[in-house]
Amino acid sequence: MSKFKKKRGNSSPGISTASLPDIVFMLLFFFMVVTVIRNAELKVDVKVPMASELKKLEDKSLVSYLYIGKPMKKYQSDRGSAPLLQLNDKFASINQIPFFVEEKKLKVAEKKRDKITASLRIDNEVTMGFISDVKTELRKAGQLKVNYAASQGDVKNK
Amino acid sequence: MLSRKKKERESQEINAGSMADIAFLLLIFFLVTTTINAEKGIPVKLPPWSDEEVDPTQLNTRNVYSVLVNYNNELLVRGEPTQITDLRENAKEFIMNPQALENLAEKPSKAIVSLKNDRGTRYETYLQVYNELKGAYNELWDAEAEKLYQRKYEDCDRTQKRAIQDIIPLVISEAEPVDTQGN
Repeated sequence: MSKFKKKRGNSSPGISTASLPDIVFMLLFFFMVVTVIRNAELKVDVKVPMASELKKLEDKSLVSYLYIGKPMKKYQSDRGSAPLLQLNDKFASINQIPFFVEEKKLKVAEKKRDKITASLRIDNEVTMGFISDVKTELRKAGQLKVNYAASQGDVKNK
Repeated sequence: MLSRKKKERESQEINAGSMADIAFLLLIFFLVTTTINAEKGIPVKLPPWSDEEVDPTQLNTRNVYSVLVNYNNELLVRGEPTQITDLRENAKEFIMNPQALENLAEKPSKAIVSLKNDRGTRYETYLQVYNELKGAYNELWDAEAEKLYQRKYEDCDRTQKRAIQDIIPLVISEAEPVDTQGN
């Protein structure tokens, strides 16, 4: 008994790790708050262009995403390498857009329906022909609020 | 002596040592799934669908700022080849027409930007052009807000913004893209 007590008294107290959980929790909460868990697995390669006149999208729950780009390598064997549209987590054809728009509307409260934004995440390389077909379809479906996703950067000449 | 020992043992019953491990596990999960960059983009309001195409060429050509982008991603602005980097200044001059020239817009409220591209135009180029046009308007709005209210356009309230937009309305009309490459 006395042996134990003596030892403890002599050795210098180590650094307390009791506050470690607190620090880690603080970091944890930070990441929990800033996290946006990706709602769909991407099946197309999307590298959005650079632009400078950007606005942040306000309410994430009022945004529906349309991805346009070349299918990823592993899908190219059965999908080809031409740009495709991805809605939710599936490849889709253009005529599925009206259904997609309606589906989103049903999920949102009636008051907020006119605030739904369609965010177009389009790859640099895609040509305008396909995009304007998508835009026409969106207009026909009455989804007029659109956002061209881009990353912050300056326009440079090539 | 005995009673003290008992007390010590009681207070150490819960071991918080593994708390850090649990927290680390969660932390790593969120680190991996996080995409910090918030969703950003250029907001656009599309015109409602109608079968009749509005033809901007019907308007007084003086007020139309036509921008054509071909399948080689080259720009033709009011008939002249232009670089994207020059577009912003060029558009601003056209809209405001500070020297009241005959061939530029009569007044800012009558100016119309007509954007037309080829089906083979790259999206990157299209968005850069759109970005520059929007940037031109943003800069003009900022200048107007500074003149009228001595503040930035972003800091104006709703009625002030509307007043500015009445003076310099943003009109970008997009024509159906032409098809020269069979895309």
